[in-house]
Amino acid sequence: MVLIMLIATLYSPLSSFLMAQQTTAGRRYLRAFVSGFFVAVPVTVTVLDRFAYVARVEGASMQPFFNPEGGLKSDIVLLNRWSVRNYQVQRGDIVSIVSPKNPQQKIIKRVIGLEGDFIRTLGYKNQYVRVPDGHFWIEGDHHGHSLDSNSFGPVSVGLLHGRASHIIWPPSRWQQIKPSLPPNRGPLDTKEEEG
Amino acid sequence: MFRRVLGKTLGFVGYTIQYGCIAHCAFEYIGEFVVCSGPSMEPTIINHDVVFSERMSRHLCKIQKGDIVIAKSPYDPNMNICKRVIGLEGDKVCTSSPSDLFKTHTYVPKGHVWLEGDNLRNSTDSRSYGPIPYALIRGRVCLKVTKYIDIYNIKKTANVSFCNIRKLVMIRSHVYGF
Repeated sequence: MVLIMLIATLYSPLSSFLMAQQTTAGRRYLRAFVSGFFVAVPVTVTVLDRFAYVARVEGASMQPFFNPEGGLKSDIVLLNRWSVRNYQVQRGDIVSIVSPKNPQQKIIKRVIGLEGDFIRTLGYKNQYVRVPDGHFWIEGDHHGHSLDSNSFGPVSVGLLHGRASHIIWPPSRWQQIKPSLPPNRGPLDTKEEEG
Repeated sequence: MFRRVLGKTLGFVGYTIQYGCIAHCAFEYIGEFVVCSGPSMEPTIINHDVVFSERMSRHLCKIQKGDIVIAKSPYDPNMNICKRVIGLEGDKVCTSSPSDLFKTHTYVPKGHVWLEGDNLRNSTDSRSYGPIPYALIRGRVCLKVTKYIDIYNIKKTANVSFCNIRKLVMIRSHVYGF
């Protein structure tokens, strides 16, 4: 709170100082630039952090859903950060998370299981895994070409970054992304386990 | 008249949005005050202490061994934990308690950190849930707000003491012998 008051007190004398100067053309442009800067930068940063984020999907780990042709054409998606503010996701959602192996990289995968689910893994050290509390299990659609929970295990929900809601580029692939689980990749039914 | 009221309301809303965004940027990129609860960091931070955690080192990846950090709990993302960084990625950390006969060690995996509370006997930390990903760290604790009661005037005053939390690492390693 001290910092807020500090910034607020610095901002108003600065703008009034600029207004009190003789309004030559140069000073007027400087005043407009500085006041615009103080408005645009915090608003943009807040929108990107809290509401929506635009990202380019690279790699082949989500083929054929993203980047079906591969090569130079990458899809650009809109990530909804407001819907994950309470860490609520559904099975089948495509989400972006901060990579547990590299905190400066974000990866985009599909949610297969939530906490408490039993998952049959593909290439993980245990064949069956119960997803612990506060974690979820993510997989790329292109098995074998994907760095996902099958390599590093269940991921903590605190790493959740955003939920992919729309593909916005290229225009031929404009669509809303709906949650859907791939066939045979859902959590195991506990009745099936006991039977 | 109606247009004037509308204009003033829009101006007010605009200022609120602008200051709200500045506040968000300050809390997210500069620092925030946190109230700590629990005995796991005694005697460095006791129950109900107010500390200031700065965010810049986390965004610039400058968290070092010995820093006290605030992180999201790996089992519940809405809860925060306050612990000390004992090992960064690639470090060898001791996982057995001091009373064990045989000492076991593990290596901290890439992109993770090993956290332990200062009050080893009363702390759930990486010794129970393993190393946590670096991205769960929210900020580094750098200042502690200390309160003292002035006996003569019977009023509480707060002063910020620049207690060098890093110095306590040396005391701790001397006590525990590693």
